[in-house]
Amino acid sequence: MNFYDIIFYIFAAITLLSALFVVTTRNIVHSAFYLLFTFFGVAGIYVLLGADFIAISQILIYVGGILILLLFGVMLTNKITNVEIRTGTVHMLPAAIASGIFMGAVVAVMVWTEWKSEPSVIPLTTTKDIGHLLLTDYVLIFELLGILLLVALIGAASIARRDKE
Amino acid sequence: MYQFLYNLIGNELIAGLLVAVVPLTIILVFALFGIWLERKVSAHMQDRLGPMRTGWHGWLQTVADLMKMLQKEDIVATGADKTLYNIAPILVFTGSFAAYAVIPFSSKLLGSEVEIGLFYVLAISSLVVAGILMAGWSANNKYSLLGAMRAAAQIISYEIPTALIVLSMVMLTGTLSLDKISQMQTSSFWNWNIFGGAIFGLSKFLLIPFMFVGAMIIFISTLAEVNRVPFDIPEAESELVAGYFTEYCGMKWGMFMLAEYGNMFAVSAIVSILFFGGYQSPIGYLGNSIGAQWLVPFEQGFWFIAKGLTLVFVQMWLRWTLPRLRVDQLMTVCWKYLIPYAFINLIIIGIISIL
Repeated sequence: MNFYDIIFYIFAAITLLSALFVVTTRNIVHSAFYLLFTFFGVAGIYVLLGADFIAISQILIYVGGILILLLFGVMLTNKITNVEIRTGTVHMLPAAIASGIFMGAVVAVMVWTEWKSEPSVIPLTTTKDIGHLLLTDYVLIFELLGILLLVALIGAASIARRDKE
Repeated sequence: MYQFLYNLIGNELIAGLLVAVVPLTIILVFALFGIWLERKVSAHMQDRLGPMRTGWHGWLQTVADLMKMLQKEDIVATGADKTLYNIAPILVFTGSFAAYAVIPFSSKLLGSEVEIGLFYVLAISSLVVAGILMAGWSANNKYSLLGAMRAAAQIISYEIPTALIVLSMVMLTGTLSLDKISQMQTSSFWNWNIFGGAIFGLSKFLLIPFMFVGAMIIFISTLAEVNRVPFDIPEAESELVAGYFTEYCGMKWGMFMLAEYGNMFAVSAIVSILFFGGYQSPIGYLGNSIGAQWLVPFEQGFWFIAKGLTLVFVQMWLRWTLPRLRVDQLMTVCWKYLIPYAFINLIIIGIISIL
C-alpha cells in the first residue's frame, strides 16, 4: 500500500463518516458543521485525483460560500436542538424503490463504462487548460451561466429591496 | 524544500511533516514576537514604556505569558456545546496555518509550489470563518454569538474587494502562482508591481496610479478580514467583552491569539507578494555581487520577513491611531466604496494590460 493510498483512505473515511453524522445527528447546527468536514474530505480526494483547480473551487464555493450561508440560515431559526426530523417511517416503499433504482443506475454505469485504464500522466496544473476550454469549446455555456447568475443576483436584490413608501 | 528533504531523508511522510513544521515554527516565533511588538508599539504611541521587567525591554514577557497560559485550568461553561467548543480553536488555527503552505519565504524556502497558490489562500481562509462561527455559537453566550455573526458578515463581505484586486493582479501577471509572481518582480524596487511591474514601457507608467489604488484597497480589505482595528467590531472590547472568544481560556484562547497573529503575517505576506516584490530584494543581492550564490536565498528570506513585518507594523500603528467603525459604516465602506473602486480598477488594469 502506497503512501498516497493511505491519504486517500483517510480522506474517504472523513467524507463518509462526517456525511453519516450529517444525516443522523438530531441537532441541525451540528449537521451543518459536519458538512464542513464532508466538503473538506471531497476536496482532498479531488487533490489526489490531480484536479487541483476543482479542489480549491470546492473549498471556496462550498465551505466559504454555501456552508456559511447555511449556517446563517440555521442560526436564524429559533429551534435548533431536537428538531422533529422524521426518518424512515414515511413512504417506505416508494423511497426504497427510487433509491434502489438510482443505486442500480450508478452501479451499472460504474460497471459497464469502459474506463480508460492506461496510466495517463497527471498534468501539473489544470487551470490553464480549464480556462482555455471555457473560452473556446464551452464559451456559450459559460456565458449562459454568467447570465443565469446575473439574473439570480438581480432577482435577489429586488426581493430584498425595501418598498418605497 | 520538500524535494531537498526528500533526497536527504528518503521518506515521503517524514519529509512532508518536516516541511510542515517550518511554517509552524515561523507562526509560533512570530506570534511571540508580534504580541510583544504590539504591546511596545501601543505603549510608545501612548507615551508609555510597556512591558519592561521581563528581560531586556520586556522581550521575555510573551514567553512568560505563554508559560502562565499553559498552566491554566481548562474551563468549559456548563451551557456550552462541548464538541464544537473544543474543535473551534483548532479549526481557526488550521485555517490560518494552512495558508502558509503556499507562501514563498524565499526562492528555496517554500512549502508547496502549486500553480494556484493565490486561489488556495483565498479559499482556505474560509475555514477561519467557519471556525469563528463555530466558536461563537458553541460557547452559548450572547456576546460570543453576536461577535461571531459580525465576524462572518464582515469577513465574507471584505473577501469581495480582496478577490477583485487579486483578480486584477492575476490578469496583469498571467499566473496564480505566488512564487512566479515574486520572480517577476526581480532585481530592483522599480520592478515591483506597485510601480507597474517589470515590463518597461508606456503601460508601466499608465499602471502606477491604479496600482497604488489597488494596493490601498487590498490592504484595507485584508485588514478587515483579519478583524484588526478599525474593523475590529467582532471582538470590540467595549461592547462585546471579547467577541467570539469571550468564553475561552488557557491554551484554547491562545490558539485564537496564534491564529490572529498568524493571519496578520499571512495577509501582510500576500500584500507584499502581490505589490511589493515578495522575497525580492529592492536593491540587488550581496550574494550575487561577491559571488556567493548560497547567500541569496537567505537574503531573500530576510527581505521577505522585513517587508512582512513592516506591513504588520502599519497594521499595529493603525490599531492605536484610528477609532472603531460602526457596523453600518463598515458595510458602507465595503459595498459602496471599496467594491466599486476595485471594479473600476479591474477594468482599467484589464484595458491597460491588453494595450
